[in-house]
Amino acid sequence: MLTINVTSVFVDDQAKALAFYTDVLGFVKKTDVPAGGARWLTVVSPAAPDGVELLLEPDGHPAAKPFKEALVSDGIPFTSFAVEDVQAEYERLTAAGVRFVQEPTDLGPVVTAVFDDTCGNLIQIASEKG
Amino acid sequence: MSDPLFKALADPTRRVILDELTQKDGQTLFEICGRLTMKHGLGSSRQAISQHLAVLEEAGLVTTRREGRYKFHHLDTTPLRSIVERWPIQ
Repeated sequence: MLTINVTSVFVDDQAKALAFYTDVLGFVKKTDVPAGGARWLTVVSPAAPDGVELLLEPDGHPAAKPFKEALVSDGIPFTSFAVEDVQAEYERLTAAGVRFVQEPTDLGPVVTAVFDDTCGNLIQIASEKG
Repeated sequence: MSDPLFKALADPTRRVILDELTQKDGQTLFEICGRLTMKHGLGSSRQAISQHLAVLEEAGLVTTRREGRYKFHHLDTTPLRSIVERWPIQ
């Protein structure tokens, strides 16, 4: 039996990413250990401290940045988070200075919005409609 | 009267793209693809949608705007004026 315990986002600067993912988005730091020149740095949702960890992975590999840039150019959020209320999160994050490239949009079964994580990625937030 | 305009309008997927841009102007390729898939069941590939947008752009119905790292697609309905100029609505 396999379980998913960690997933990654490629970030351009781990310290900046940690600040954004905790102070702005509201995640909580879980693990922070040196790993070569970088850190094994993960955050979790305060709603699920023992749930899936998000690894803030350095994007130093030569293929990572072109990959990220190509995704952003087409507006593609490679990573998606669940929220209870997209509109409420949109308002909270916009007030915190977060830049959205897609405002809350009703897509039938889900409402989604897309923002810039300031670390080189677009992130989607989504809530399923009841 | 330009043929690219009629060619662009002849395709149902392209008309849906124009409908969605009418609802909200200024969308990324990802958002347009999402709307077509989720709201209209149009499972075209991103490449296909990109080509549809190129046809709409050639007809002057869609313009693109780069803002920093992002690219947004905007609706421009002015080419449609040539239709009512050719066949005036009484």
